Amino acid sequence: MSFVQVRDVWQRYGTRSIIERVNLSVEEGAFISIVGASGCGKSTFLRLLLAEEQPTRGEVSVAGAPPAREPDRARGVVFQRYSVFPHLSVRDNIVAAESFGTRLGWLWGARLREAKARADATLARIGLDHVAGHYPAALSGGMQQRLAIAQALTARPRILLLDEPFGALDPGTRVQMHDFLTELRAENPMTVFMVTHDLAEGFKLGDRVLVFDKPRWDPHAPDAYGATITYDFDARHGGIPYHHLREKVDEPAFAKA
Amino acid sequence: MRLINRKPGRVLAIVLAALPFVAVALAYTIGSEMRLAVNPQDRLLPAPATLLDTAIRTFTEAERRSGRILLWHDTGASLFRLLSGVGIAALLSLVLGLVIGLLPVMRGTLSNFVAVISMVPPLALLPILFIFFGLGELSKVVLIVIGTAPVMTRDLAQRVLEIPREQIIKAQTLGASSLVIALRVVLPQVLPRLIINMRLSLGTAWLFLIAAEAVASETGLGYRIFLVRRFLAMDIILIYVLWITLLAFLLDWALRALSRRAFRWLEAGL
Repeated sequence: MSFVQVRDVWQRYGTRSIIERVNLSVEEGAFISIVGASGCGKSTFLRLLLAEEQPTRGEVSVAGAPPAREPDRARGVVFQRYSVFPHLSVRDNIVAAESFGTRLGWLWGARLREAKARADATLARIGLDHVAGHYPAALSGGMQQRLAIAQALTARPRILLLDEPFGALDPGTRVQMHDFLTELRAENPMTVFMVTHDLAEGFKLGDRVLVFDKPRWDPHAPDAYGATITYDFDARHGGIPYHHLREKVDEPAFAKA
Repeated sequence: MRLINRKPGRVLAIVLAALPFVAVALAYTIGSEMRLAVNPQDRLLPAPATLLDTAIRTFTEAERRSGRILLWHDTGASLFRLLSGVGIAALLSLVLGLVIGLLPVMRGTLSNFVAVISMVPPLALLPILFIFFGLGELSKVVLIVIGTAPVMTRDLAQRVLEIPREQIIKAQTLGASSLVIALRVVLPQVLPRLIINMRLSLGTAWLFLIAAEAVASETGLGYRIFLVRRFLAMDIILIYVLWITLLAFLLDWALRALSRRAFRWLEAGL
């Protein structure tokens, strides 16, 4: 049984079909990039994985659990914007990943001190320790996204969902963020789903690249049919999965000739 | 250079800011002198010197019958009514606003109700309040609450709804319950708005307070103004009006200072 299992999922708002017949199974630790034109249900699919929405038909299960009905700690998420809490300092944003799960949302005494120490260690690792006391608004876009990713990971989710996380960053920062994400994945392997507009980014980071598109199209009723996964690329080894395989040469036969 | 690009320097800015005040004071003085020149007994526009005289008397001299300085007594009574009214309204609107903004079930139940309630003209309810709550403090406080709470509630609920959906989702993925989301994500972010609402409501609250005091009261700034009106004591009325204006200004300033000190994250931009 695979780690994330999507079985025959359809999503429809009223008469508008967004996605249809989506089937997917993902191994634990895989990095899945999701690409496609605007309005092709990429973000809808991510919301279904997040359990923010329930599919009209079919079901999504993560780590063998029954389909979730609302977002929970098994799912970490980073959006393009508004992913960190503006009223909490950088350190408190990380601590929030531990304290929000408690009954009143606050940690006290020794537990708070431990959580703060862990948060400081995390911040040192991602290079944000010098701004630990600042508020997110004082951070650059790249730093905010780094903070958002670290915050999501502090809650130890089973899957990490990234909704165009680097879409609002400039190209240089974007490359830095790719390296940052790759490093984090090397340290603790995790299952990631990333929606992106950038094909190169999708292939660079992903183990698999899923393309969402509408296979059926009625020009008189553009909303009648939804999008589905039309391509499922193996993106390892730069998107050329078999080039490292050597052709087996039948040596004895060759020698005879 | 276009007018929209012309900015006053520092000295000019101060002069410009003072200009309207000086102009009003000047106009008053001239008007007063013109009237007093025709009729030295005129009471409508007392001379500035008379005003100053009255001011010193009202702020320092005790009334002979009760031995109390009436102005301070009136100020205490009025501020108590005003602040308890606005305070209760703020608390009420905070709770209702959070509940309406966060919980779809409560939104479905209450949002239309609050919208209708906020359309009821509060002053029209004043007789009812006097009948139900008596002529004491309660009816005046209730009038202020009824007059300010519904608008504050609607605004606050709207602000809660305007908090980016992403943050609410994110909090859920960090394991936050509805209560934790309300207390740790939404509440801190709408508190600055609550202070702004209080500042905006203070104007209306003064209106309701003075109206209620004018109709039925035994003490209070509004009561005093409407009492001395019978003797055409313009000097006292003017002093009270200036005093109320100063109080309102100070309250507004205090709330703004509080907001700036308490919510540093609002101004944390680069």
